Amino acid sequence: MSGARGGPQPGDGAMNAAMRPFPAAAGEALRDTRLRANLAGATHTIREKRNRVVAEVPDWPQLREAGRAIKVEVLAHLDTYLEAFEQAVTDAGGHVHWAPDAAAANQVVLDVARAHQVSEIVKVKSLTTDEIGLNDALAAGGVHAIETDLAELILQLDGDWSSHILVPAIHLNRTEIRDLFRATIADPSLGDDPRELAEASRRYLRERFLTARMAVSGANFGVADSGTVCVVESEGNGRMCTTLPPVLVTILGIEKLVPTFGDLEVFLQLLPRSSTGERMNPYTSLWTGVTPGDGPQEFHVVLLDGGRTRVLADQVGRQALHCIRCSACLNVCPVYSRTGGHAYGSIYPGPIGAILTPQLYGIEAAPTLPFASSLCGACYEVCPVMIDIPSVLLHLREKAVAAGAKPGERLAMKAVSWIFGGRRRFAAAARLGRLGQRPLVRRGRIVRLPAPLAAWTRTRDLRPLSSESFRDWWERRR
Amino acid sequence: MRVALFITCIGDAVTPEVGRATVAVLERLGHEVSFPAEQTCCGQMHINSGYRAEADRLGERFMEVFDGCEVIVSPSSSCVGTMRELHPALRGRLFELSELLVHKLGVTDVGASFPHSVVYHPTCHSLRVTNVGDAPLQLLRAVAGLELVELPDARECCGFGGTFAIKNADTSTAMVIDKCAAIVSTGASVVTAVDSSCLLQIGGRLSREGAEVRTMHLAEILAHAASG
Amino acid sequence: MNGSRELILGRVRDALGDAGEAEALPPRAYRRQGTLEPAARIELLCERIGDYQAQVRRVGAAELAVAIGEAFAAEGAARVCVPGGIPPQWRPEGVELVVDAPLTLEELDGVDGVLTGCTLAIAETGTIVLSAGPAEGRRALTLVPDLHVCVVGEDQVVETVPEAMAPLAKLVRAERRPITFISGPSATSDIELSRVEGVHGPRRLIVLIVNKELQ
Repeated sequence: MSGARGGPQPGDGAMNAAMRPFPAAAGEALRDTRLRANLAGATHTIREKRNRVVAEVPDWPQLREAGRAIKVEVLAHLDTYLEAFEQAVTDAGGHVHWAPDAAAANQVVLDVARAHQVSEIVKVKSLTTDEIGLNDALAAGGVHAIETDLAELILQLDGDWSSHILVPAIHLNRTEIRDLFRATIADPSLGDDPRELAEASRRYLRERFLTARMAVSGANFGVADSGTVCVVESEGNGRMCTTLPPVLVTILGIEKLVPTFGDLEVFLQLLPRSSTGERMNPYTSLWTGVTPGDGPQEFHVVLLDGGRTRVLADQVGRQALHCIRCSACLNVCPVYSRTGGHAYGSIYPGPIGAILTPQLYGIEAAPTLPFASSLCGACYEVCPVMIDIPSVLLHLREKAVAAGAKPGERLAMKAVSWIFGGRRRFAAAARLGRLGQRPLVRRGRIVRLPAPLAAWTRTRDLRPLSSESFRDWWERRR
Repeated sequence: MRVALFITCIGDAVTPEVGRATVAVLERLGHEVSFPAEQTCCGQMHINSGYRAEADRLGERFMEVFDGCEVIVSPSSSCVGTMRELHPALRGRLFELSELLVHKLGVTDVGASFPHSVVYHPTCHSLRVTNVGDAPLQLLRAVAGLELVELPDARECCGFGGTFAIKNADTSTAMVIDKCAAIVSTGASVVTAVDSSCLLQIGGRLSREGAEVRTMHLAEILAHAASG
Repeated sequence: MNGSRELILGRVRDALGDAGEAEALPPRAYRRQGTLEPAARIELLCERIGDYQAQVRRVGAAELAVAIGEAFAAEGAARVCVPGGIPPQWRPEGVELVVDAPLTLEELDGVDGVLTGCTLAIAETGTIVLSAGPAEGRRALTLVPDLHVCVVGEDQVVETVPEAMAPLAKLVRAERRPITFISGPSATSDIELSRVEGVHGPRRLIVLIVNKELQ
């Protein structure tokens, strides 16, 4: 990951240290016409796929309700479930580590690598490891991490960073990827057919899978009652990493637990359909500790807090921890589908990022993200675990204002609220407004206003206040 | 039926023709409309901007002003939806206009005539918060002479979003440009919706683009009587 | 390490506060049983596996070995690895079978394909489920070779995902078996969301559905 691209910095976890306010970052992204085209095409394609496979499930609302309720239950007794999970993993021959923050989690991985004198590891796509800046921490410790998911490999080769939870390289098109591969892992005859590009990555990674001595993965779910860990994927790189190398470290956010193995029946239906728009993803791997003669013979789980307990403490915002990282909310979001993920300045973009990032890192770290939404509600509509993102956004807006709204805005909002506090005040203000707008009105519309309303009139005309208010008309009519 | 009208702040000061049309439709159907004069604003802008305390005061004020009104109607789905979420006591009492007509009063043909081609933009709040369903479409289909044209990507947000239109003006503009392109592509002469705020956004952009399409609130179309 | 454990658990308890607000047990109003007749269930499985660009064939128990042989021959696979526990009646003519005794990864990478059974299959999602049983082998077996031929008994097919989970939960609890859900060949949609079948896992998957109880 390269700081020059404005991505997450080493040690900062998901957050860009010099995170720009969303409006400015979005404005820049919106002017990138190629990005706009890539995003529009991709998000519309996946929306349609998702809608098709969700529509064929007759009990989708009941599955969503169950998914939500299971997550509520896990969070309500998270301490108990964490202890149960630890016990079960240990009983099954695994080692459990507890990491209060990113640095602690990275250190565990580095320590395991050093214990086995490993200088290169293979990695499964994992938002959590991106969040904690694992690759940079390992590099600083002399260990090279090879990304094996196609999109993650593309980004790693490009020194770029993820712009989508599921399809991290959604902002790049086939030609851009072909050029990158030609310059790095393939010869100049490589074409731009996705089939050829996937084949190039297979050739590049094959040998590395077969000889790797250690792998790192994230996980989609951890099962408290059995100690089972679940990874959902498509390419087979996840199976390669979690099966072939003799040592495996899995990093698991503490919110990713489900109470029982049977609970997976809900999420294994909700996730693939919401995420890739498939009935089931090609591969789902479930393993429980160490299996003699099959897969890694040394297995570590790192339970990561990294701000999650802070989110848990907020009774309204807590539901952000229900997220199963499907990315359906990104794909339907009218903001994300135009700005892309980089504008959010975090490894978690889109609507879920707008409520997760400011909670994980504190509202001061990302005060503009809760406002990066028109509150259209499309995210809530598709969320497989019914996270009421619009309500959490409003809740966080309140916190952002409390933490430091612009004085001018605060004054204006208070003034408007005072005006609305009485009908005479309101009527008087409307009269004043009608007088004040006179020099601005041209042929029945306002085309230019001073700041902050200039932001409207730069691109849109504004209807002036009516010459006769409704209440005046009502009085006149009586 | 006696119906109290909540006109909303925008409806009072900027788009009074929508309120007048609402009154006309209800009176034509034989209902008695009242206008509690103390009303101002529901506080939605404050909630959406993070000023919850101010919003709560305005919300309480709304409850006092409309205390005793059995049926309240408003031509703004977003204000209705927000108020019903914050004050569950308003459920079954506060209605958006198309909801009142179709769901509560069981009327779809309000005796309107409007011989023009029209696209309907289902606003986000009407779809997902107020849940008016296809009530507006049922009403439009019953208007004499009206040609209802389908809007591509109809459920996409227009980009208004209250202060979002100012705070994130670039993104808001990108959204409304796409919305306007979809509207213009239909060749319809009028775009209608059940939220004046969204129509200000759409109309403001159409006007800036010099497009021929007019914005009209649903109430205005319904108020067009066969004679005029 | 112990300090970190107590620190995190303490933070969790502080965050939850006194509120032991136990919601009622999660509602399970979703479908937990299928409704299809066996014939329709098998039809659905075939259709859904086919949607993933995997090959699927229905065969009689008597022709199984022949069908297996043909499947490998059609793909040009001459040397095929098998787990130790495959039933003898599956053994095809004309294909060299290499038993995983176990093979090294290099050896595994050198075979043309793999033949296994499965634990069960889910019709609605077109999924076959392996759990490292005697006829399924360890996980690497169905991962490294480029061609996977999987035998599914009709009696192993369930309709819905929940119907699959109960038997799997038993295997996990009693034997801690690793479990792999396979839905079509490996695939990626990472480039412009255009789906490409065949990345790191087997690029070709052939499912043979047998119409009589196995073994």
